[in-house]
Amino acid sequence: MKKPPTTRHLPQAAFDILSGTILVFGFTALILLIADAPVLAAFKNIWMGAFVSTAKVSQVLSVWVPLILCSCGLLYTFRVNLWNIGIEGQITMGAIAAMAALRIPGIENPTLLLIFSFFASILGGATWGLLTGLLKTRGGVHEIFGGLGLNFVAQGFILWLIFGPWKRPGIASMSGTELLDHDLWLSTPTGWRVATMGLLVAGSVVILTWLFLEKSRFGLKLKAIGQNPKATLLYGLLPERYYLKAIMITGACAGIAGFLQVTAVYHRLIPSISSGYGYLALLVVMLAGYRILLLPILALFFASLNVGSIQLPIVLQLDSSLSGVIQGCCVLSALLILGIRQKRERS
Amino acid sequence: MDVEFQHISKNFGSVNALTDVSLTANSGTIHGLIGENGAGKSTLMKILTGYQSKSGGTIVINGREARLNSPKEAAVLGIGMLYQEPMDFTPLTVLENFSLGNPERNRKKLRLSLQALASRFGFHLAPDRAVELLTVGERQQIELLRLIHCKTRLLILDEPTTGISPAQKKTLFPALKHLAADGITILLVSHKLEEVATLCSEVTVLRHGSVTHHTNAPFHFPELLKAMFGSVPKQKDKEAQRETGAQILQMQNVEASSERLGLKQCTVKCAEGEIIGLAGLDGAGQSTFLRLAAGLTIPDRGSVILFGKELPKNIKACLQSQRQQTSFIPADRLEEALFADISLTDHFNLKEKQHSFLGIRNNNRVQTEKAITTFSIKGEPDYAAGDLSGGNQQRLLLALLDPESRLVLLENPTRGLDIRSGQWVWDYLRNKLSPQTTILFSSPELDEILHFSDRILVFHNGLIVLDRAVTDTSHAAIAAAMTGMTE
Repeated sequence: MKKPPTTRHLPQAAFDILSGTILVFGFTALILLIADAPVLAAFKNIWMGAFVSTAKVSQVLSVWVPLILCSCGLLYTFRVNLWNIGIEGQITMGAIAAMAALRIPGIENPTLLLIFSFFASILGGATWGLLTGLLKTRGGVHEIFGGLGLNFVAQGFILWLIFGPWKRPGIASMSGTELLDHDLWLSTPTGWRVATMGLLVAGSVVILTWLFLEKSRFGLKLKAIGQNPKATLLYGLLPERYYLKAIMITGACAGIAGFLQVTAVYHRLIPSISSGYGYLALLVVMLAGYRILLLPILALFFASLNVGSIQLPIVLQLDSSLSGVIQGCCVLSALLILGIRQKRERS
Repeated sequence: MDVEFQHISKNFGSVNALTDVSLTANSGTIHGLIGENGAGKSTLMKILTGYQSKSGGTIVINGREARLNSPKEAAVLGIGMLYQEPMDFTPLTVLENFSLGNPERNRKKLRLSLQALASRFGFHLAPDRAVELLTVGERQQIELLRLIHCKTRLLILDEPTTGISPAQKKTLFPALKHLAADGITILLVSHKLEEVATLCSEVTVLRHGSVTHHTNAPFHFPELLKAMFGSVPKQKDKEAQRETGAQILQMQNVEASSERLGLKQCTVKCAEGEIIGLAGLDGAGQSTFLRLAAGLTIPDRGSVILFGKELPKNIKACLQSQRQQTSFIPADRLEEALFADISLTDHFNLKEKQHSFLGIRNNNRVQTEKAITTFSIKGEPDYAAGDLSGGNQQRLLLALLDPESRLVLLENPTRGLDIRSGQWVWDYLRNKLSPQTTILFSSPELDEILHFSDRILVFHNGLIVLDRAVTDTSHAAIAAAMTGMTE
């Protein structure tokens, strides 16, 4: 008889994270050396760029919020074994829906508009997710291809809006639509760059996701379907229905991220409104081993790297593409660690 | 090849799976290794094939201590295993499967070797046929030929007759004897005493991880049974015929295409309280029949009428109308009925018919503990289902079965179980469920069907070729019907 499944995975998870971190720093150092950049100074600058002041920390948090929202959302789809690559499009459609609600003519009350906008973003993201889900369950299109296709559609749609019906009076540019009225900006504490509401929503989504996935019957059903969809039929569960539910929840979380990008970060609609946070969230979730408890920390790590590396071109005159290279290294290290873990689990 | 196990032990944490096991199998003999489920037979064979490491002791092969740290090392030494479930590649052809792991690359030569070996053993295998179209027995034949062609000198057979027909058994046994005569050492792992007696020249019995008995042919069955189980399990008399009531399941001209041959022109009625055994070669239509009644397969033509109502022609609706009164236990427990990484408690949670969205789980621990006691499951509520042995998985499935079910459908209910676990399963089905429950089950063991059912349906090529009360037929008549010979 084998041992019962207890917490035997915990030390391994810690080991994975530790080795992942060492790999990330090692890789980055190597690339900095190749680029003939001072390694320690670069690391110091990334750190300073992310944490030196309250303003910087709050900027990190403003990245952390959409990242953690998307990561939490992705836990649902990963739980049923779906690869929701379409999350980028879901953020974009959430942002578009949020913007559309803010443009509703005839409503003067900004709070009311923001509330509409919030729910519109949820609807926008969830609907876009549902489309991917329906393509899979009804049309037999794999969710990766369906999601990717819908990402392109969402991108095309936002460009059309920015250069067409929603363009700034007189000019249409890549810098986006006209700035929102100040009273439609989500309020931030003085000196901070992150909206209070964003933090509150993100925190609640983390707690709710933990409750749903770890404590509720719904979470258990998702887990069962992810493990063995065939067997769930005997328990009266229809996998297709839960695929749709899961992907709609992910879409809704992504939609909220889109709403916050519009109302709290950019205060307008820009072509790259998703900022690639959807793809980044996929990696955060994978690196966390699909465990919610590790998500906030890993999301914070990626967010600080994201913000901190912006400093490099300014201070060290390094090419700005280097920050992209560093993030790429993180991604590769994550995949490598994951690959090793899978190999270990199989043996 | 002579193989000698010397004082082998194996621990999983604090559990001793094997303690001081010693046995010797000599070149050219067939050595039986028997024992109940969980006795340690599989663990011992996994050590020999390099899949698991031993905790203590030595394995000596041809007089020299052998290092068996990986399956590859075992294969290099000429150790090969024929698994209960064929370990082949179904999308490939017979010839392609045969050539796997073989240094020979010339297809022409491989084809000739395959044909020569097949004819030597009396197997009929078309080299270019896709393996997915073959029966388990035929797939086993390919695997056997492949192992022989790869110069296997020690052949381990794990329950080789589990999925095969009586006719295939008749071909397999002489082939094995033939191989032994050629000098190959064969280790036969089984809990079917008749087969062991037919094939083996000596037998070692394992119980709770230790050798309890070793003897040479001829064998004395009560002695072996006592060594296997500690006492001789009582051979029960043929179960009495049960009272039957109204019709509850009716199929009219049903055609369906899920298995290899599907199901054709199936018209049959089943009454309340009946116990019906479904016999037939692997893939002859029994599984499709059970899945149709369970609402997991939709007929292409015809109608399935359950409890007086025709089942809807869509899986979703079908499952909903089914859930209340029908239970189905498939043969592939981990593939189709359980979740390997989910705890026993959570299996009960999943089965609960409560529809709250945020129902907090873990409220079923007490129920799980009760089920563990009632069904003698060796495990704890927090164990993952995949960590249970086959017999305990079957007990778990019975524990999950709704006792109010009016129709219970079972696919090979004693698959992989030893005599005692098998008896326990049948005792539960016949005596603990209401006598009005209709039970339909398929089994490759004719004896099980003859012993436990009141009526038998024999399937051949997707057709029901025999439908009789068990008392009106015979072993021979059923075996003939299974192979398509009419009386």
